[in-house]
Amino acid sequence: MHFSQDKSGRLLLSGNEAVALAAWHCGVALGTGYPGTPSTEILESFSALGGKAQWAPNEKVAAEVALGAAFGRARVICTMKHVGLNVAADVLFTMTYSGVDGGYVLAVADDPGMASSQNEQDSRRYAEAAVAPLFEPADSQDAYDLLQVAFEVSERWKIPVIFRLTTRVSHSMSPVKPRFPLGTRPPMAGVPQPEFVRDIPSHVMVPGHARPAHRRLRAKMAEMEIWNDTQGPNRIERRQSTLGIVTAGISYHHAREAAPDASVLKLGLSYPLPLSLIRSFAASVDRCVVIEENDPWLATACRAAGIKVEAKDDAIFRYGELNVDRVRRILAHDSRPDPVAPRGKPPELCPGCPHRSSFEVMKELDCIVSGDIGCYTLAALPPLAAMDMMIDMGAAIGMGLGLRHVLPREQARRVVSVIGDSTFLHGGLPGLVEMAYNPPETGHVLVILDNGTTAMTGQQEHPGTGRRLDGSGTYRVSYEDMARAAGIKNVFSVNPIRERAKFKSLLAESLAKDELTVLIARSPCILAAGRITAWEKERKAAKQGAVESSAASACPECGGAGVPGAGEGKL
Amino acid sequence: MKQPANQTVNVRFAGLGGTGVIKASDIFADVVFRAGHMVKKAEVHGMSQRGGSVQSDVRFGTEVHSPMIPDGTCDFLVVMEPTQVEVVRGGLRSNGVLITPADIATAKLPSAKALNVAMLGRLSRHFDIPEQVWYDSLRAHFPEKLHAANAAAFALGRNS
Ligand SMILES: Cc1ncc(C[n+]2csc(CCOP(=O)(O)OP(=O)(O)O)c2C)c(N)n1
Ligand code: SF4
Repeated sequence: MHFSQDKSGRLLLSGNEAVALAAWHCGVALGTGYPGTPSTEILESFSALGGKAQWAPNEKVAAEVALGAAFGRARVICTMKHVGLNVAADVLFTMTYSGVDGGYVLAVADDPGMASSQNEQDSRRYAEAAVAPLFEPADSQDAYDLLQVAFEVSERWKIPVIFRLTTRVSHSMSPVKPRFPLGTRPPMAGVPQPEFVRDIPSHVMVPGHARPAHRRLRAKMAEMEIWNDTQGPNRIERRQSTLGIVTAGISYHHAREAAPDASVLKLGLSYPLPLSLIRSFAASVDRCVVIEENDPWLATACRAAGIKVEAKDDAIFRYGELNVDRVRRILAHDSRPDPVAPRGKPPELCPGCPHRSSFEVMKELDCIVSGDIGCYTLAALPPLAAMDMMIDMGAAIGMGLGLRHVLPREQARRVVSVIGDSTFLHGGLPGLVEMAYNPPETGHVLVILDNGTTAMTGQQEHPGTGRRLDGSGTYRVSYEDMARAAGIKNVFSVNPIRERAKFKSLLAESLAKDELTVLIARSPCILAAGRITAWEKERKAAKQGAVESSAASACPECGGAGVPGAGEGKL
Repeated sequence: MKQPANQTVNVRFAGLGGTGVIKASDIFADVVFRAGHMVKKAEVHGMSQRGGSVQSDVRFGTEVHSPMIPDGTCDFLVVMEPTQVEVVRGGLRSNGVLITPADIATAKLPSAKALNVAMLGRLSRHFDIPEQVWYDSLRAHFPEKLHAANAAAFALGRNS
């Protein structure tokens, strides 16, 4: 992979690339995760650097695979976007109890301002709720340096830690001075060696084990807080004492620019909060202001501890990301509404996108569309306006069934659940089972949009493509087989572009029956089509024995080096 | 550098997805980095692959804090797509430099895709950075078969 390098050996890296390089330099044995903007490039870069990285079907599975590796005393990194943590929350809330035996970093990328997400939830609240240490890097160098500290903390206290990035940290580029020159394999001294050591009371969270585990966890955090107060990765920058700013993450840089003369307490490990450090800093300045994005999490915690700090005006500044201008206004108590930026051009489905054809047909048939997340969500925007609801990954099926259960018959029969291939494997499978288990009286129709890739986040592989993250071939799951095994009576696959009329008649017939139907609309994403065709050709050739067996494992585009999501738009 | 030495220089690239905005900003950030500056780059791409608005900010100097250019402080605004000029013009400071495709003899481009490189050539005239650094960076960012066309496009912009 290509990195910009200056004469002194510094690299110009995005935050995500810096995390990947740090993971490589920390001797991480396994990277796992599920794509999601702005987190996706961490694993892609880690793979390109030579690390073992793989996409899981969803974040929960990824976090569990990572946990197994950490129980096996390895260093492991698990990546996801903020909403992915909702999916992985179940494992998160109990693995803090069990703790880990290796080093476990859960890298979660928040998206304040929702550049490419369905909400702007704040992962800091998860850290506190699940009792997981929380690191917040401010830029690429900080991310590179802090990841090492994160592993040290994870291993010292035997606890999984959250490494919280945000869009502007993940996707901004800034120089990084790495600990090892590019292209070298880092020394593995000090990196834990995987090994199974039986420890049933720590690893089996039955109530009898979990009760003491909860107390142990709180004790760890109390100890860590004392350490964080004096030795944690936090920094006080003394300048004028009239104004002090407590901040973390990208807000640090906005604050430095907005108030260059202010003293600053920059937090690197913000949970457990170094409250004594904050208290003494706040007491050392005339006015102490907390600068943070989204929720007033830090300010509230400081105030609850009796530390006198000012918070931003949440009527305005809770929404969206901060920037230099907004920080200036927070400091000046200027709560006038934000200036409205002229609207740019919204994105739309690419010309020739198979999703367009699928949704045109559903519109022609006046379907009520319970939709899902992916490129195809763009079909909800005018002029198509052919998707009626979208909430979270996998919801298309459950929401569609719910509608079918309650709507008057003539409306119920118009309801279709529509889901992308990656999304189906991520969160749709239990919905499919529900469909057969509790079928509505009118039956139901599920359309799986199989475009052969996870298009929205920049064309990642998934279990339905038959290729892994590094491009190597693997088992390809069959949606047809899955649907039949779940108990769906009618299963069809059809090309929504080349067989548009057939797609339409099949859909119309399915809607008219009181039966369960799964319709697979199969046609490749046009941006991924070239790569898919080349790979299919190679696979066929390999099957016929014309090609050495190893060639089938190499992605035609990159020769097996991994394909960091091509192009500009990764959501 | 035709800018005060200790000040941050703000360069914004804008356009629509697929017009080479991010690529141009990558190359520009690489060039100023190779030339020894502190540099930061931030981009906003909605669903840029799918034709939506794209913006990428590059800031460089001796010290750069926020990676995002504050409102109305762009020293240079490079807009790859004529329809986007009015959308983004407000970002430019009063005496800032606007560069649009109108500044390029587009008919002479080796290929329409090379417009972003020609615009970089046009931008390059404003900086005291050796020409070789630009060409080195261009080569690092494109496959070999595109090197000649890109060099021609860059020269077209630089000399227009
Ligand atoms: C829990 C969760 N994880 C990840 C994402 C990011 N994300 C949105 S849609 C999507 C997958 C889209 O792939 P697919 O369903 O195949 O549709 P396509 O974009 O290819 O049309 C991903 C990974 C998310 N929104 N929520
Ligand atoms: S990237 Fe692929 S799936 Fe997404 S809109 Fe374009 S063609 Fe369609």
